[in-house]
Amino acid sequence: MPHEHEPGHEGSHLSEVELRVRALETVLQQKGYIDPAAIDLLIDTYEKKIGPRNGARVIAKAWANEEFKRRLLAEPAQTLASLGYAGMQGEHTAVVENTPKLHNMVVCTLCSCYPWPVLGLPPVWYKSGPYRSRAVMDPRSVLRDFGVELPADTEIRVWDSTAEMRYLVLPMRPLGTGGWSEEQLASIVTRDSMIGTGLPQLPDGTAL
Amino acid sequence: MNGAHDMGGVHGFGAVVPEANEPTFHAVWEGRVFALALAAGRPGQWNIDMVRFARENRPPADYLAKSYYEIWLAGLEAMLAERGLVSADEIGAARPLGEPRKVSGILQHGAVEATFSRGRPTERPASVPARFRIGDRVRAKNIHPTTHTRLPRYVRGRPGMIERLNGCHVFPDTNALGQGENPQWLYTVRFDARDLWGLEADPMLKVSVDAWEPYLESADQAP
Repeated sequence: MPHEHEPGHEGSHLSEVELRVRALETVLQQKGYIDPAAIDLLIDTYEKKIGPRNGARVIAKAWANEEFKRRLLAEPAQTLASLGYAGMQGEHTAVVENTPKLHNMVVCTLCSCYPWPVLGLPPVWYKSGPYRSRAVMDPRSVLRDFGVELPADTEIRVWDSTAEMRYLVLPMRPLGTGGWSEEQLASIVTRDSMIGTGLPQLPDGTAL
Repeated sequence: MNGAHDMGGVHGFGAVVPEANEPTFHAVWEGRVFALALAAGRPGQWNIDMVRFARENRPPADYLAKSYYEIWLAGLEAMLAERGLVSADEIGAARPLGEPRKVSGILQHGAVEATFSRGRPTERPASVPARFRIGDRVRAKNIHPTTHTRLPRYVRGRPGMIERLNGCHVFPDTNALGQGENPQWLYTVRFDARDLWGLEADPMLKVSVDAWEPYLESADQAP
């Protein structure tokens, strides 16, 4: 990480915001408002345990198992919870399925709402002005920023997450993946394909 | 409020720039702010709608100049000051300048997993039947509250159709003001892009927002 501090070499090279956050944490701790071990655990959890590999396993299972897919679409929160993907920012979830005629894309124009349990914390671009401003007005141009061009007759459906509903895109299973294991399938499910700004990525780099 | 956070349809932001192999946090302090904001909400007794308002309630130039976690930090500082928990002077001094307030519910290490895997569901039992049904034509109200709302400007006054009924949920507009959860029916309302952006818009584009019942009126009513 670019700004990691080294113990024993603190002080002069810290930026204003780093100093301020450190000061705030010190005051919170000395006043007894936080448990420092809980802070460390929260950071560790969202850096290491909760991320888009969770969602990729869900998508792979849906591709491999028609009955699971049916349940995932009909009762998303319960079905995700049965795999252990539940909780903060995933309390109310909808799974939306791409088809040859329909492409789904998810945004939060007002802030950064995102399904944490299956995708982790959102990337910077998802929280940025360019994405939030353009996704609801001109999503095809946003897709071009990601190198994705859809046929002009494909309907694009943008879901603006303005409440506590969180949306996960179920991308189309690429042709040529018949007989693949769930693990193999999960390896081609990209984070962006579950937001709707990308497509699953075959090992040779072709997006399908 | 009609703040800089309400970005749908604003021009001039430029290209979306994806980052390959992006880390969860780009600096140590970002992770600290993220975790401190989540943990401090418990002794602070504020709710998600209050903290969202604390983040967005700033001059547009300030909102746009700050990075994402700088906005989180500013929102956290505002909530802590408002509750009398940490003052700006204490942050400046990097030490407490007075006795701590008596608080409860401090997030302990041992409670993190259970707390976060439970989450904070916002669905509540309904006390009245839903006014609209799936397929109904509705219009987003043309309202401009100066307080917190989750109805984005780009749909206000526009006609749409009820596509999903999502249950009865905590109403942010009152919850942010400490006026109670006031649960309201929550709908997914789908708009044709041409009703939002004019006849030049992509005819194959549909956009939805999730809207609470007080945000909507029947499309038959005069706007």
